Amino acid sequence: MSNSTTKPDAGHPHIVGYGTFIKVWIALLALTALLVGLSLAGSPNLALLGLLVITPTKASLVLFYFMHLKYESTALKYMVAIALAVLVIFVGLTFTDYLFR
Amino acid sequence: MSAEADSHATPHRDYIGAKLGMWIFVFTELILFGGLFVAYGMYRSMHPHDFHKAAGELNVRLGVTNTVVLLTSSLTMVLSIVAVRLQRKGQAMLFLGSTVVLGCVFLFNKFFEWKAKIHHGLYPGSEHLMARPPGERLFFGLYYGMTGLHGLHVTVGVVLLSVMFALLRRDKIRHDDFVKLENSGLYWHLVDIIWIFLLPLFYLAA
Repeated sequence: MSNSTTKPDAGHPHIVGYGTFIKVWIALLALTALLVGLSLAGSPNLALLGLLVITPTKASLVLFYFMHLKYESTALKYMVAIALAVLVIFVGLTFTDYLFR
Repeated sequence: MSAEADSHATPHRDYIGAKLGMWIFVFTELILFGGLFVAYGMYRSMHPHDFHKAAGELNVRLGVTNTVVLLTSSLTMVLSIVAVRLQRKGQAMLFLGSTVVLGCVFLFNKFFEWKAKIHHGLYPGSEHLMARPPGERLFFGLYYGMTGLHGLHVTVGVVLLSVMFALLRRDKIRHDDFVKLENSGLYWHLVDIIWIFLLPLFYLAA
């Protein structure tokens, strides 16, 4: 195996320990508590802040750490960025059409 | 010995390709749910008060509980991959098994949540719901549609991870061959991300 050109770990160069993921999990739980707190505070602005800031932050933590994107190749990062950009354009254009109709 | 045995000993594997394929599938899922989120956004901006009122009838406690369950299952999922890579099979099985159990707990909670709603006459097309304003009907339609499609994904994930558990047990998933587990993990985390958005849009929208 040692002289094989297709190393079994090709594409998985980095092993992240348990600790990092446990910290991310604690952060996710804390952000959830904050989100619930803001939403139940009774202010629509705070609830909107929670939706527009905390929710994407939580999704990013899952994406970058749990889905390992942080440690992936630049090419894959660009692919994910393009896919998300398509989604943003799709959502943005639909809402623009709706708001300026 | 050399050529044939060698090619037999190292079967063709394309980890980068396998992972890329899974990511492309994840993108299609994002667009699928993205469309539903757009529908939600449109209808909510048309009927803000009805949505606000209808969301007040959802069980916040249950929604938050299920969030914690799913976030924890994502943690055990990723820890099982780390354990496989560190060649700790026992721990990997424990973590993966916990993920499956937590997925089942999520579905169990979902079942009771829906059961209570249906018991109160709140389901698409019910007499009780049809008598309500159009915005509330839309809210519950989207609620059943989106959490239902998400629940279907959780069900598929539980089956998929159970298969992975069997493969792990039989050493078909090892420290030098674990892309199946990694791709299943990508799917499971995607399901988690979708729920992260469903929580504030439905349960906390009141």
